[in-house]
Amino acid sequence: MRMTVILWALTGAAGLAMGARDSCVECHSALSGDLQAPAVQMENDVHARRGLGCAACHGGDPSSDDPQVSMSRARGFTGKPNRLTIPKFCARCHSDAAFMHRFQPQPRVDQYAQYMTSIHGKRIASGDAAAAVCTDCHGTHGVRAVKDPLSPVHPLRLPETCGRCHADPQHMAKYGIPTNQLAEFRKSVHWEALEKRGDLSAPSCASCHGNHGATPPGVATVAAVCGTCHVLMQQLYDKSPHRPVFDAMGAAGCVVCHSNHAVLRTSPAMLAGPEAVCSRCHDATSAGGLAAAQMGASIQKLNEALNRSRSILDEASKAGMEVSEAVMRTNDAAEALVKARVAVHAFDPKAVEQPVQEGLAVAAETYQAGVDAMRERDRRRIGLGVSLIAILITMAGLWFTIRRLESQPR
Amino acid sequence: MAQERRSILRWLLGTGFTASIISFIYPAIRFMNPPEAPEAAVNEAPAGNVSDLKPNSAKIIRFGSRPVLLIRTSETEWRAFSAICTHLNCTVQYQQAERQIWCACHNGLYDLNGRVVSGPPPRALEEYSVRVRGEEVVVARRA
Amino acid sequence: MAGGGFKDAREWLQERLCLGSIQEFVAHKTVPLHSATPWYFFGGITLFLFVIQVLTGILLLLYYRPTPSEAYESVQFIMTRVEFGWLIRSVHSWSANLMILSAFVHMFSVVFLHSYRRPREVTWLSGIVLLGLSLAFGFSGYLLPWNTISYFATKVGTDMAASLPWIGEPLARFLRGGEDVGGATLTRFFGFHVAVLPGAMTLFLLLHLALVQKHGISSPPKVEQEARRASKPIPQMAFFPNFFLRELMAWYAALGILGALAALFPWELGVKADPFAPAPAGIRPEWYFLAPFYTLKLLPSHVWFIEGELLGLLAFGLLCVFWALLPFWAVNRAGALRTRLVTGAGVALLSYLAVFSALGYWR
Repeated sequence: MRMTVILWALTGAAGLAMGARDSCVECHSALSGDLQAPAVQMENDVHARRGLGCAACHGGDPSSDDPQVSMSRARGFTGKPNRLTIPKFCARCHSDAAFMHRFQPQPRVDQYAQYMTSIHGKRIASGDAAAAVCTDCHGTHGVRAVKDPLSPVHPLRLPETCGRCHADPQHMAKYGIPTNQLAEFRKSVHWEALEKRGDLSAPSCASCHGNHGATPPGVATVAAVCGTCHVLMQQLYDKSPHRPVFDAMGAAGCVVCHSNHAVLRTSPAMLAGPEAVCSRCHDATSAGGLAAAQMGASIQKLNEALNRSRSILDEASKAGMEVSEAVMRTNDAAEALVKARVAVHAFDPKAVEQPVQEGLAVAAETYQAGVDAMRERDRRRIGLGVSLIAILITMAGLWFTIRRLESQPR
Repeated sequence: MAQERRSILRWLLGTGFTASIISFIYPAIRFMNPPEAPEAAVNEAPAGNVSDLKPNSAKIIRFGSRPVLLIRTSETEWRAFSAICTHLNCTVQYQQAERQIWCACHNGLYDLNGRVVSGPPPRALEEYSVRVRGEEVVVARRA
Repeated sequence: MAGGGFKDAREWLQERLCLGSIQEFVAHKTVPLHSATPWYFFGGITLFLFVIQVLTGILLLLYYRPTPSEAYESVQFIMTRVEFGWLIRSVHSWSANLMILSAFVHMFSVVFLHSYRRPREVTWLSGIVLLGLSLAFGFSGYLLPWNTISYFATKVGTDMAASLPWIGEPLARFLRGGEDVGGATLTRFFGFHVAVLPGAMTLFLLLHLALVQKHGISSPPKVEQEARRASKPIPQMAFFPNFFLRELMAWYAALGILGALAALFPWELGVKADPFAPAPAGIRPEWYFLAPFYTLKLLPSHVWFIEGELLGLLAFGLLCVFWALLPFWAVNRAGALRTRLVTGAGVALLSYLAVFSALGYWR
């Protein structure tokens, strides 16, 4: 059976490549609704583009117009495959290194192997047809490359695709896992980077969970996930007192404070104040609590100094003063702020203090530049006033001279 | 009486005229006097002496108002790139062991041609030209 | 004695420079006195503002560098490092706008007071040329700071020139110094702005002023009619010192306004031009080009078989030629004045310019 399909697939491919007719597409394009849709979708399909038509997967004989012939079992027609057999079905080609090599010099052929390690794969193997198979994510007809923005597995569309099942309470009811991940992810800075800035380097579902071997990262592997981009935070955390404690607790490192899906923008409010994350465990008077309060206060101080600088420079700029160099310099203070917030992950106020002090120095310098600019603006206004007075006196003089000239009899 | 008024008028006109002329001429004359640092454009920036950097080391210098990463790759070879990462504008640094340029913010990596090796940066780093004049190292914009 | 020395010097100069005849002329020069007399100031104000432009322009020349890599930085240098640089530069930019505004006011006052009549047709024509030169000054000077707005305004402007039939492409290449707006354009515009245009302007100014002195100041037809009916001469004011003192007051007022504008609303530096960046949204030219700009935006892409933009440009061209020839169609075959027609045309043009400039600014 397998041999038949492959043989017909190759024939079909050769046929299509040579420009032979594809009766499947011809007939089905003339139908309507669900029977027509696949034929239309195949126009954009990566398989079709490489010469693998309908018969490559469904079997049958695309050279015959007679439905009895083209869709006969004798010619290898398999019809609509059973969901549970789809992964193996796709793997017939996609796990065959020699076959895939015809289309790409460096093909990946481990997708099926990875899939079988995933929760989806395991559930399919045990006969649960509700779990995801290849076609659920990649589409059936009209499969596009992952890079294609219209592909359901493109980073920008992936959350929506995963959410089709994972955000559906009815579908997920029997598995007992939460269905709020998509909603949470949409609140995160990662989704903001993807959607608003189009920054494709930001993580989508597959970046942390893996794609074919999709599994929630365990406690041990969360570090591998976050630390791939956030290297410095990871390194500092590893050396910090939190690491051994969280490991012992079986708590998943970064996720404890930053959450897994709803990774929000950080702020000093996470360290100190009513919304503080630290106070969830640390008592206000404990060593940890005091350290958190200190770090929070430090960073808040730099934050405020930077805002003060920015606002006075903005005021000066609006008043027409040229302060572009000072404005550029505030970026150095902003960078110090970033460094300080990274240093928080050492959970040591001394580590945070150093960049904060550097930043405060720059902020003070730029604030002074703003003050000087405003002073210069005032000086200009005074200068203007003086010259206007001189002008008005002259105009008065001219006016009276004219009056005198014209009041005299000629 | 008329005589007095005439002289007040003359004073008014004279003083006003003189004061206003001075308020026009004074700025013009001060303008013509060149300021301390007569260079307007920053096409070049001094980057210290040859002896300041050892081979396979780097430092950040100021080019106008922007940071530039100056790398001494060998005894005789120098490279310079914009130190602003093309991902989210953090300042990059040189990694001596790996001989690569690294951005600490999101682990972006560039090679010694400024091109992206891995990580989120979308574009290469802008390259600057380095000239060694005797003992002095000068970084200039690539024309 | 000092007084005597001064008198000797005057006599020495008088003999050599024929100052005597000039003095005679000025002493007899008069200005008609009537309700519309204040409008006579605007020619002088325009001239005064032009002199301000030349003086501040010469000062700016001490520091400006006309290359893409240095132009923006040199203007920044002037604004931040040079003492009173901000003042000279802002005065130059504001005065440019005020001068063009004043030129338009002067032109419209000539139209409504009907001063273009015989024998002043050539004065009118030279005035139209001067207006055109002022607009050219504005267009060329606008590019020199080399910021985003200048760059794209020049690009749009030269693109419009390119769309003219036959001469369009060569004209655009001549203006740009190449295929695109770039360093070559900057060099050319700088050359036009500081050498070619000032030279042409000076020539036409001398012609315009000489003609004005020759023909004297004209009085509006209504005033002439009144005088004829009452058999009385039109009341006149001596130019020197009466009118001149008043004009000095106007000039001083202009100086005060310029100073206030420069100090309270300094001209912005903008962002350095990046030819590779996309044009920012809402690019529009300076106000004096807004009316034609907005009109072109409104035109459909094709009218009949002609491209909309081309039709618009040709229409403007025709309008300019038509307007320049005003003294000739303002008179009917019998030689009588069509004052109502001209006033109507003037009101129509002024309204169009005002309304479309406003629309172009706010849309």
